[in-house]
Amino acid sequence: MSEQEEKKAVKPKKPKIPRQKMPEQDPIERAHNFYEVALGYDNDLALLEASRCLKCKKPYCISGCPVEVDIPDFLEMVKAGDLIGAAWKVKEKNSLPRIAGRVCPQESQCEAKCVLNKKGKGEPCAIGRLERYVTDWAAVHGEGKMPQLPKPTGLKVGVVGSGPAGLTLAGALIKKGVAVTVFEALHELGGVLVYGIPEFRLPKAIVRAEVDELRQLGVEFKTNWVVGRTQTVDELLEKEKYDGVFIGTGAGAPLFLKIPGENLNGVYSANEFLTRANLMKAYLFPQADTPIAKGRRVVVFGGGNVAMDSARTALRLGAEEVTIVYRRTMDELPARAEEVHHAVEEGIRFELLAAPLEIIGNEAGWAVGVHCQKMQLGEPDASGRRRPVPIPGETFNIECDTAIVSIGNAANPLVPSTTIGLETNKWGNIVADPESGKTSKDRVWAGGDIVTGAATVILAMGAGRKSALAMMDTFGIG
Amino acid sequence: MFEILEKERIGPGVNRAVISAPAVARAHKPGQFIILRCHQDGERIPLTVADKDVDKGTITLVWQEVGVTTYYMGTMCPGDSLIDVVGPLGTPTHIENFGTVVCVGGGIGVAPLYPITKGMYEAGNHVISILGARTEGLLIMTEDLKKVSTEQLIATDDGSFGIHGFVTQVLQGLIDKGTKIDLVVAIGPVPMMKAVVNVTRPAALPTVVSLNPIMVDGTGMCGACRVEVNGETKFGCVDGPEFDGFAVDFDLLTKRLAMYKGPELVALNKFRETPRGCECTFPEGM
Ligand SMILES: Cc1cc2nc3c(=O)[nH]c(=O)nc-3n(C[C@H](O)[C@H](O)[C@H](O)COP(=O)(O)OP(=O)(O)OC[C@H]3O[C@@H](n4cnc5c(N)ncnc54)[C@H](O)[C@@H]3O)c2cc1C
Ligand SMILES: Cc1cc2nc3c(=O)[nH]c(=O)nc-3n(C[C@H](O)[C@H](O)[C@H](O)COP(=O)(O)OP(=O)(O)OC[C@H]3O[C@@H](n4cnc5c(N)ncnc54)[C@H](O)[C@@H]3O)c2cc1C
Ligand code: SF4
Ligand code: SF4
Ligand code: FES
Repeated sequence: MSEQEEKKAVKPKKPKIPRQKMPEQDPIERAHNFYEVALGYDNDLALLEASRCLKCKKPYCISGCPVEVDIPDFLEMVKAGDLIGAAWKVKEKNSLPRIAGRVCPQESQCEAKCVLNKKGKGEPCAIGRLERYVTDWAAVHGEGKMPQLPKPTGLKVGVVGSGPAGLTLAGALIKKGVAVTVFEALHELGGVLVYGIPEFRLPKAIVRAEVDELRQLGVEFKTNWVVGRTQTVDELLEKEKYDGVFIGTGAGAPLFLKIPGENLNGVYSANEFLTRANLMKAYLFPQADTPIAKGRRVVVFGGGNVAMDSARTALRLGAEEVTIVYRRTMDELPARAEEVHHAVEEGIRFELLAAPLEIIGNEAGWAVGVHCQKMQLGEPDASGRRRPVPIPGETFNIECDTAIVSIGNAANPLVPSTTIGLETNKWGNIVADPESGKTSKDRVWAGGDIVTGAATVILAMGAGRKSALAMMDTFGIG
Repeated sequence: MFEILEKERIGPGVNRAVISAPAVARAHKPGQFIILRCHQDGERIPLTVADKDVDKGTITLVWQEVGVTTYYMGTMCPGDSLIDVVGPLGTPTHIENFGTVVCVGGGIGVAPLYPITKGMYEAGNHVISILGARTEGLLIMTEDLKKVSTEQLIATDDGSFGIHGFVTQVLQGLIDKGTKIDLVVAIGPVPMMKAVVNVTRPAALPTVVSLNPIMVDGTGMCGACRVEVNGETKFGCVDGPEFDGFAVDFDLLTKRLAMYKGPELVALNKFRETPRGCECTFPEGM
């Protein structure tokens, strides 16, 4: 059946229901608290939204999902009222669905491919919101019994890093009878999910629950364990006799602008700012011991998710004015559409077509302002985006007491530099086969941001899943 | 959990504790540090591993009470546990037989100096240790250092013990006497390290200093520990903590260390009002 025919065949049955909005906290109220912004569907909204799905014979939505969740099947179960079944259906492919449902850039993945969107209406089925709804519901109302674990195979795998890549791999292998130990440098598990993405977008209790589930399945976690320092990958393989090691250490090394004034007090990397706020709970200071500069006027450099998170966190810490300085225009902002929309609603200012030249400091060594260059869009560059070029002589100043640099992260060299025979590329990312995660080193796999450079949660999960399958293949189980 | 096995007060506001941390003890090399947290709402702070016992699986920490975390640790007793200890972190000291190495320690800096001095001594160097403090009561670990030094010189600002004067004057004396010196290692308060460099620079004596910038993760992830060396930004936790003393911007370090002065005082006052920890060990004056 062609797409045309398919549409014809189902059309008469379907009344026109608009895409259901998800209730949210009021922008004025939420700008002063750290509670979750999006409140989630209730049962009526979820049913109504699920009923919009056409159950396409050729579900394009699936091809847009990096882990290929069986979207029409799970939506069908929602329609039938079988929420537990729907949750299990999602979990077959997506091991961290409560997280993906919240932070996936759906508008450029599954929902971008949904036929309801393709036909130019721009109203795709709200797959992410429904994924969130059913798996949240299942978490609260009990998901039935734990999956039956097979007999231990006697194999054991070490996982470096507890981000989405490492957690996904751990979950996949433990279910096949492989013993798994996850080594994490920080004192909490979850990687960027706990230290980077703020509470108001992804409650930490959800990450903790997902980790606890893995622990119940038998995954062993060692926090405070820096591979490359506490133990090297070679020691894990040779001394501790791990049959395989997966490296999922993320893209954790912050880039700076290399402009004058960048080491002034009040200038943070987004990583530091967000780590203080999220991981160290600095927003509770002095109940929690870790301080953070509570800026009155805050400037954020960059236009990605990380910049939006930094700006909105600064606002919640009490800033009077938060300005995002970005080199291009609103159309080129790399952040998720929803994050930009929320930031605008909350009153974040956007200084577009501008780039910082210098951070101005006072005698005591504190930032007091930013000197900026006006830009315009020139010819498209290799990526197809129009390149920002300076407008000669047009500069201006913004007053500030805090500046947050959010222009990206590079690969942390700690693991590659302490592992014998592990190949990296010119950016320091570990070279790994995109299909299997296999690296240049025997018995070592890698995936997630450390291989691809900063990407997305779901791609990291996809990489963890692929490496798990490749490992099983190598071990001859599966 | 990382149990405190022994703890004693070794000077006014200075404590020493032996902590169970087998993995850290096993991997540790001189010059490296750990990051710890005392309790769920606690801050992550860096402390140098002052000594270790691989067989017993323990590390020794020596700390001075300066703010909320170090005061809190002062109230912990044997049997209590730190909830997090991670390490060893940082690039180890480059140790080889240089010839004559002068190890200069001031105040609490003597603790981090100890494992380096020991390493240099065991590598066959002629080690001269110069230790200093404001007054006799503040001198720490002089006996430990003595065991790993070929010669030991001690100075106090008020002359209550050893030579009357600063460690830099003692070092200047050695240089003026024409002592052959191949390397100087200096650890102490920032003004002291800066002063040492001012003495060794004219004599062109290679000088290593150990910096103590504010840190969070200690693995190169956050950039809190930025220092400038040779005009370039470096991360103290992974590129250091040791750097070429001639190239360090000490003024910037001093300013950055003052970044949280206000909030630190708030936290300390709150701690003073509602002290936590074990009652038998409340710090003096609180
Ligand atoms: C602020 C922020 C917001 C984001 N928002 C979104 C979003 O909305 N949607 C989205 O899809 N993506 C988002 N991303 C990107 C996404 O979070 C990452 O792509 C994803 O987390 C990468 O997963 P990972 O498993 O590769 O690594 P990470 O999540 O980075 O985890 C790596 C873990 O390894 C640990 N580690 C590192 N080195 C060592 C070592 N030597 N020994 C032991 N452990 C080590 C780290 O401490 C960390 O816990 C965001 C990123 C940030 C920073
Ligand atoms: C690599 C390294 C090794 C160190 N080794 C030792 C040691 O062996 N013994 C010892 O007594 N001290 C050591 N320090 C310093 C110690 O970390 C600080 O004294 C401690 O963090 C203060 O924490 P606080 O909460 O008690 O005080 P706070 O109230 O946080 O601070 C009081 C003052 O201490 C300094 N400080 C604050 N936070 C930090 C931080 N995270 N890192 C460094 N300085 C800070 C600042 O100047 C501040 O004004 C070391 C620091 C570094 C970076
Ligand atoms: S995992 Fe992400 S891309 Fe896949 S269906 Fe869920 S929300 Fe869409
Ligand atoms: S979600 Fe969209 S593409 Fe997928 S089956 Fe439903 S209507 Fe079709
Ligand atoms: S302490 Fe975070 S990078 Fe050094």
